[in-house]
Amino acid sequence: MNYLIGAFKSPCNIKITFSDSKTRKQVSIKKENGQTTMVPLFQSQETIAGEVSIEPFHGKKVEHIGVKVELLGQIELYFDRGNFYDFTSLVRELDVPGEIYERKAYPFEFSTVEMPYESYNGVNVRLRYILKVTISRNYVSNIVEYQEFCVRNYSAPPTINNSIKMEVGIEDCLHIEFEYNKSKYHLKDVIIGKIYFLLVRIKIKNMELEIRRRESTGSGPNTYVETETLAKFELMDGAPVRGESIPIRLFLSPYELTPTYRNINNKYSVKYYLNLVLVDEEDRRYFKQQEITVFRLLE
Amino acid sequence: MLPDAGSEDEEKWLAEGIAGLQHNAFYMHRALDSNNLRDALKYSAQMLSELRTSRLSPHKYYELYMRAFDELRKLEMFFKEETKRGCSVIDLYELVQHAGNILPRLYLLCTVGSVCIKSKETPAKEILKDLVEMCRGVQHPVRGLFLRSYLSQISRDKLPDIGSEYEGDGDSFIDAVEFVLQNFTEMNKLWVRMQHQGPVREKEKRDKERSELRDLVGKNLHVLSQIDGVDLDIYKDTVLPRVLEQVVNCKDELAQHYLMDCIIQVFPDEYHLQTLETLLSACPQLQPTVDIMTVLSQLMDRLSNYATSSTEILPEFLQVEAFAKLSNAIGKVIDSQPEMPIVGAITLYVSLLKFTLRVHPDRLDYVDQVLGACVKKLSGKPKIEDNKATKQIVALLSAPVEKYNDIDTALKLSNYPRIMDHLDNATKKIMAVVIIQSIMKNNTYISTADKVEALFELIKGLIKDMDEIQDEELDEEDFKEEQNSVARLIHMLYNDDPEEMLEIIQTVRKHILLGGPKRLAFTVPPLIFSALKLVRRLQAHEGDEVGEDVSTTPKKIFQILNQIIEALSTVPSSELSLRLYLQCAEAANDCELEPVAYEFFTQAFILYEEEVADSKAQVTAIHLIIGTLQRMTVFGVENRDTLTHKATGYSAKLLKKPDQCRAIYACSHLFWVENQDGIKDGERVLLCLKRAIRIANAAQQMANVTRGSSGPVTLFVEILNKYLYFFEKGNPQITSSAIQGLIELIMNEMQSDNSPSDPSADSFFSSTMRYIQFQKQKGGAIGEKYEPIKV
Repeated sequence: MNYLIGAFKSPCNIKITFSDSKTRKQVSIKKENGQTTMVPLFQSQETIAGEVSIEPFHGKKVEHIGVKVELLGQIELYFDRGNFYDFTSLVRELDVPGEIYERKAYPFEFSTVEMPYESYNGVNVRLRYILKVTISRNYVSNIVEYQEFCVRNYSAPPTINNSIKMEVGIEDCLHIEFEYNKSKYHLKDVIIGKIYFLLVRIKIKNMELEIRRRESTGSGPNTYVETETLAKFELMDGAPVRGESIPIRLFLSPYELTPTYRNINNKYSVKYYLNLVLVDEEDRRYFKQQEITVFRLLE
Repeated sequence: MLPDAGSEDEEKWLAEGIAGLQHNAFYMHRALDSNNLRDALKYSAQMLSELRTSRLSPHKYYELYMRAFDELRKLEMFFKEETKRGCSVIDLYELVQHAGNILPRLYLLCTVGSVCIKSKETPAKEILKDLVEMCRGVQHPVRGLFLRSYLSQISRDKLPDIGSEYEGDGDSFIDAVEFVLQNFTEMNKLWVRMQHQGPVREKEKRDKERSELRDLVGKNLHVLSQIDGVDLDIYKDTVLPRVLEQVVNCKDELAQHYLMDCIIQVFPDEYHLQTLETLLSACPQLQPTVDIMTVLSQLMDRLSNYATSSTEILPEFLQVEAFAKLSNAIGKVIDSQPEMPIVGAITLYVSLLKFTLRVHPDRLDYVDQVLGACVKKLSGKPKIEDNKATKQIVALLSAPVEKYNDIDTALKLSNYPRIMDHLDNATKKIMAVVIIQSIMKNNTYISTADKVEALFELIKGLIKDMDEIQDEELDEEDFKEEQNSVARLIHMLYNDDPEEMLEIIQTVRKHILLGGPKRLAFTVPPLIFSALKLVRRLQAHEGDEVGEDVSTTPKKIFQILNQIIEALSTVPSSELSLRLYLQCAEAANDCELEPVAYEFFTQAFILYEEEVADSKAQVTAIHLIIGTLQRMTVFGVENRDTLTHKATGYSAKLLKKPDQCRAIYACSHLFWVENQDGIKDGERVLLCLKRAIRIANAAQQMANVTRGSSGPVTLFVEILNKYLYFFEKGNPQITSSAIQGLIELIMNEMQSDNSPSDPSADSFFSSTMRYIQFQKQKGGAIGEKYEPIKV
């Protein structure tokens, strides 16, 4: 058995390390198998440098027709699982064909890499950045090793950030006016606002504010839209009367939000909505959904 | 749903709630013990989720709340330690707000808020403001009330009051006031809202539940009153207007009543006095169904207690014109609520009156003003039939009487009788009795004719029949009782000055003569005697007043008396009139007014002739006549003869022989008067006695004929006694032999077979005999006199 396994096992150990791995911030990501792991965090325009070390197992040699490291930005749509679309692909040749008998280290550097999209792990799509080391071989399959890393891009506070203010209602039934202090929130922001009841003729049981994420993937007939409710935050308990105003204060930090992604490489979009829901005593739901823009504020 | 089933279910739900709460509290404690903040928050939120139930009545909910409250204390301790361990209290404040459900979130927020204020990292004012604002999220009445009550509870010792450690840095008691006011307002809104939720048929249950919760709301006012910073100015400018605004605007009967009451109870009297106008101006704006009178009565009670607590305060009352304001306010309340039952209006006046009596006992004009206002309200209304209203009017009318203990004062109140006019007859009478009792109790003499006039105006319910048909069921005894009290009253009408007294008598006469046949019998006698008393007083002072031009003479009084009795006799109440005539005659005798006395006698005789038909009555009457006549000294021979003749004549004409006999022997005294110049006509005495014997004989014979047995010898023994009397008095016509004869006659009669033995007659006779024996043995003149008589 051991022999058999040994026959197909990679004959060497490949390690990809980042040159600033000690100081660089690490974030946790979810792997395919559901486990989380810590990976370094980069942002666009950063230089990604490091070292690839190849160490053949004791007493073995690795014959190859070239060693390269690639930086890939990939989008995987789950309806087409396994098929990665590379929107970014950079290559560095590390070695000319030959044989490796002992541990050998190859430094590499991708300087000021354009990484316009953030890593994203959605319901129907994922976007990832990897460093891929390939030891190409003749007759036998190539030896490949991946190192994923995370990319997050920060934006400055928007110059225009209007509040969302709206009057909605059902004629002679319910009229409310609500206000959210902004239309654009950063990930650790607080939504402040209030709901003003202009007319209440239904027996309201409670009111909540939902944060919903709408992920649409594909295009044309192959568009998949997935909506998730990330937060259900009760704003009001009981039935208000006319003239009552109910405060809103919702901290976004506890929720796992991402920034709003619009049309990422024509492959997908992720949008966020605030959904104000009023539930009456018969459990009928009256709601009004408003899109908000979420962005990552430079900390 | 059966109430039993309901309460059983509720017990079950409560038990479930408690179980859930304890379960989560257990894990919370574990988290606290291991300093696990995240778990502590998680389990405390879950624990508090039990409070989200809608199934419990407020009462049961309270039980659950109290348990949660205890747990939250522990959590608060933990938070406090957590901040000492370096966790920023601000972070904590944010962290608890991540809870998804609002109710647990806000309980936690309040708890951290409390720690936050204590840490002084953030100004108390900001935290309080935030908390009270955030609590708006709970709009469910019961849950909201308890949440806010929790807020109120944890913040009580952390208000930035004057002198509090949380004061300063821009935090002032104004913020504290603002906070409490806002919490109060919101709580009241929730409380009021309870009323409008749920089906109409459960209104009663809801009312009950709401009453159970009212103290949660009222507590805020109490907190306000405890804030040192709330001085009169703040109270006047901020607190009171704001509270009243809420009270008025909530338009809820229960709340308005309770809160008005609360305001009055929790804030100092001094404040009330100084803000009377504001406070009172809210009253007319309350819902018409609000029991405003209790509220105002409370206020007035408190104010009057306050006024009487120290003499230094009284000027303040005058300064703020408390009376005018109250009176004004009450007027407005009544005007603004035309639907208010009359009883409400009257109750208000009663309270105002009581206030006036206590605070301004010297201001009779105020009292009258109150009564006047009440009259105005009552005018144009039909007589009050509502029982309660009547009671209140009685209270209204009794108050001044009780206060002054002197009906005199009440009589000066011009509106007093006008109010009485609005009472039904029965109540009028009750009131009249009250007044009379007050007079009797305090021994108040009513000393002028004017007052008497007023008084009779007040008690006219007792004096005369009311225009309506009298209710038949009028109890005879009650009537007697009433009239007796009137009779007693008449004796309290007194003035030392004869002229005034005469005036009084005239006034009384005027009134009582309207009383109708049934009353005269009760009311005339006291008046007569009262007048006779005056006569005797005049008589006693006759000497002193000579020369003065006095209009009050006995003669004049007698004229009046004559008229009165005449009125009485036409009632007819002839026997009573007869007695009164005789009384008057006797009085006239004392005044030596012969013609007057004669006139009275004449009247008495006429009555006897014309009106006294009943034989028994005749007997009584004739004996009275004889008795009175015997004492008359004023008559000349001629008049006397006429009258005695008449008397003896009537005596002989009585129906029954024994009566005749007794009357006749009584007449014997008319001819023998034992005083200096009394007549002593022995012969006629003897004639009378002989005639009596004759009649007695006739009676005996009649008895023989009709019953076959002779009557008792009592008559003879009686006559024998008369003989002995005159014998002793020295009537020469009465001889010992005549007596001897009579004794023998009696003994014969007694021994005869057909005479029934009558033990009383026997013993009467034997004691008479013993008397004779005794006199004989006495010796001396008497003994000698009796000597010839043999027994």
